[in-house]
Amino acid sequence: MLNRQGRPTTPGAGAENDHPTFTGNRALQQEEPLIFEFGRTDVTGVDLDEPAPVADRLGGLVRKGAIGLPGLSEPEAMRHYVRLSQKNYGIDTGLFPLGSCTMKHNPRLNERMARLPGFADVHPLQPASTVQGALALMDELAHWLKELTGMPAVTLSPKAGAHGELAGMAAIKAAIAARGETATRNVVLVPDSAHGTNPATAALIGFTVKAVPAREDGTVDPAEVAKLAGPDTAAIMLTNPNTCGLFERDVVEIARVIHEAGGYFYCDGANFNAIVGKARPGDLGVDAMHINLHKTFSTPHGGGGPGAGPVVLSDRLAAFAPLPYVRLDDGRFSLVEHAAASDQSPLGRLTAFHGQMGMFVRALAFMLSHGADGLKQASEDAVLNANYVRACLADLMSLPFGNRACMHEVLFDDSWLKGTGVTTLDFAKAMIDEGYHPMTVYFPLVVHGAMLIEPTESESKASLDLFIATLRDLAFAVRDGDTARFTGAPYHAPRRRLDETRAARQPVLRWTAPEPVAEAAE
Amino acid sequence: MRYLPLTDADRSEMLARIGVATVDELFTDIPERMRMAALADLPRAKGEMEVERHLGAMAARNVPASSVPFFVGAGAYKHHVPATVDHLIQRSEFLTSYTPYQPEIAQGTLQYLFEFQTQVAMLTGMEVANASMYDGSTAAAEAVLMAHRVTRRRKAVLSGGLNPHYAEVVKTLSDLAGDEVVRLSPDVTATEDLLAAIDDSVSCIVVQTPDVFGNLRDLRAVADKAHAHGALLVAVFTEAVSLGLVEAPGAMGADIVVGEGQSIGNALSFGGPYVGLFATRQKFVRQMPGRLAGETVDADGRRGFVLTLSTREQHIRRDKATSNICTNSGLCCLAFTIHMSLLGEAGLTRLARVNHANAVKLAEALAAVPGVKVLNETFFNEFTLRLPKPAAAVVEAMADHHVLAGVPVSRLLPGAGLDDLLLVASTEVNTDADRAAFVAALTEVL
Repeated sequence: MLNRQGRPTTPGAGAENDHPTFTGNRALQQEEPLIFEFGRTDVTGVDLDEPAPVADRLGGLVRKGAIGLPGLSEPEAMRHYVRLSQKNYGIDTGLFPLGSCTMKHNPRLNERMARLPGFADVHPLQPASTVQGALALMDELAHWLKELTGMPAVTLSPKAGAHGELAGMAAIKAAIAARGETATRNVVLVPDSAHGTNPATAALIGFTVKAVPAREDGTVDPAEVAKLAGPDTAAIMLTNPNTCGLFERDVVEIARVIHEAGGYFYCDGANFNAIVGKARPGDLGVDAMHINLHKTFSTPHGGGGPGAGPVVLSDRLAAFAPLPYVRLDDGRFSLVEHAAASDQSPLGRLTAFHGQMGMFVRALAFMLSHGADGLKQASEDAVLNANYVRACLADLMSLPFGNRACMHEVLFDDSWLKGTGVTTLDFAKAMIDEGYHPMTVYFPLVVHGAMLIEPTESESKASLDLFIATLRDLAFAVRDGDTARFTGAPYHAPRRRLDETRAARQPVLRWTAPEPVAEAAE
Repeated sequence: MRYLPLTDADRSEMLARIGVATVDELFTDIPERMRMAALADLPRAKGEMEVERHLGAMAARNVPASSVPFFVGAGAYKHHVPATVDHLIQRSEFLTSYTPYQPEIAQGTLQYLFEFQTQVAMLTGMEVANASMYDGSTAAAEAVLMAHRVTRRRKAVLSGGLNPHYAEVVKTLSDLAGDEVVRLSPDVTATEDLLAAIDDSVSCIVVQTPDVFGNLRDLRAVADKAHAHGALLVAVFTEAVSLGLVEAPGAMGADIVVGEGQSIGNALSFGGPYVGLFATRQKFVRQMPGRLAGETVDADGRRGFVLTLSTREQHIRRDKATSNICTNSGLCCLAFTIHMSLLGEAGLTRLARVNHANAVKLAEALAAVPGVKVLNETFFNEFTLRLPKPAAAVVEAMADHHVLAGVPVSRLLPGAGLDDLLLVASTEVNTDADRAAFVAALTEVL
């Protein structure tokens, strides 16, 4: 049997293990020590002249003893980090269908723009007269976010999605306090399918979390919300489209129920990328929603951050946005940094400065490049790609909520794997061997053995066809009882499966100098 | 649209395969009256050149730090970042990867996080560090919450030398969580009585060194008194380079050390993204917020790294998690780690000596300007001036002379009666000519 590239589909399993190398290296795949194992404390890759001695002003608080930090010359550093990079999978490596995380193309124009000295080399506390362009950029980004969401206000300072949740829920808490209902209105409704950050955020600021079960089709039932909502309801935190990849079709009714009970509608905007240009959260009754600029507007994920989590706010919450914010008077921008200078009742600071400027530049470059037309097309293509994957795999893998249209991501469960000896995790690891980053697995928690696939708009049809063919080959291999292909996977990654239990039971969280050889020999 | 690979022919073929006639049929779960009938009222798509022109014009309206004699600090510092750092962090495999949830194909990220954690632990004199927080201020707020979990008390005392922005972030979060915060009065000359503020009701005392006014603080007596009362010492720094020369907070008895890592490897970027450093004692590790990389072995017995102790985190524990943090500052950690690896101990300690020497020379030159007084007994690379006029106006006037002189204390603490104070920072980027320009401009505007 040959695959569509004309190669045999039966791998030469273990072939490379039949030819071990002396070094442990495998050609381009190099084993790389830690910097502490080859760097030297007397080496530096930064040339700087030793200053002429001065009478120091340290008051005797000079560091005593060595720090132990190894140094590398520039060629050593370059090689070390290039080799490490080669052990990573990125969007530029291949299809990265990580559901809910939105791994779309990162345009390099955005990197270039963020590095313009006028943005990268300005200090947050320079006089306002010297940063009018930076403040104008924040104002323009705010305009785009408000237009796209149909919301009247936005706060830019939150540093990431969860930080945005904090800002939004804090605004809700402040609004409740302003109504004099702090003591009684303290329950936040969170559907079972929510991201973990939702209940964690609500609990962090003293709300009691009450779970809302999903109905059989994976969405939230307004009748269920009505049963739970009451005079103690502070808010509902609803992700829409939800983490099952479905648009909450009763969202307007849910908003009505919550508002009627006197609560607020917080929307987790992690999946906003599915509906940009198609629908506006402001029209759906949303009071606050964070926008992950690193998802919807493609600022790079960078191995886990940095992100940026601006929050759009309804009229009812706008006055409670955190400090600081940008103000425009007579064509001149300034920052409102203190409550005394504000005509609102702002929440205090959530971070030292004004937000993730580097991410603002990238996100605005992404928006300007797409325009209103391109952003709408991107949403449509993302949804089209996800549905294409669904349609092409529905006969082999199991769809927990039936073969119906999804939004930008498609959710499978593991019922099709039942009795095969292959788990969701095994299947994911076998995808690694085939050159793909796995989909999100075991999330959302509302279905068993979840596999959440989000191809994004960045994939061509040819790329999707190859991905689908690969998943079909793997699914047939499961059926054929080729279990070892899965349970032992990955075979070809820089590492085989890693022992996470050991890492947690005997935590080694930093390098320490090895014991002297004589003792280590015992 | 250059970023979208699908052609109209592809789209038609795919719609047919799905079994719908139009893409709008995939959006029918959105109530019809809520679907946008027209495009948003925003500009249409632009090519690269147009975007460059548009954003380039905005950038040109700002004054970059490297274009003028520059002395602004107070929590973010202008340092030279080697070209290698910026090249390496733009490697696709670093830039476009995700949180390393699939460790077999994320060893690059996991290994540098392990290196980062070790470097931060060494630098702070602590046993363990996490894989970063958003920035120094949110790290400080998280440290207070952690101290409350460890001590089962809910009252934090903040030194009057703590950066006011940090104090405000701690206060905002503590108010939301229902915890008590005692904020001591601004302490320009490091003479406050911290010991008197510590008793058996206190969970932690938060002290910054060098403090926001630039003074170096000896933390040992504070640590001893805190420990005697079952409280923790949270030490804060905003200038990581200082740790190349001054005593590590860990060596002075701190239980949690948090700080801003921007100075190493990261651009000023008008306030973000930065990287929050967070270190503590091994015994408190299970109360720590944020991601942690740990060492383990793979199925073939080879060393590898994974994210670990995740039962502390929100994606597992939900409302019982130690923090709601998810995304951290991954790429900024990488920049920190690469720059620190290039510096090494020899480079970092020299960089710190250069910073200190430049600041000493500047302080001496400014002290000679009539009417100007340097208030600090001790400092590292930042100090406080008393001016004969309100500092905010002086800074604006000096900006007209193309010198960015520092941060007026009134910008951080309006209404505190400290309007004549100016915070001035000097790093390795400042030259003799910069110092001369500062003295000349200040003399001119006073």
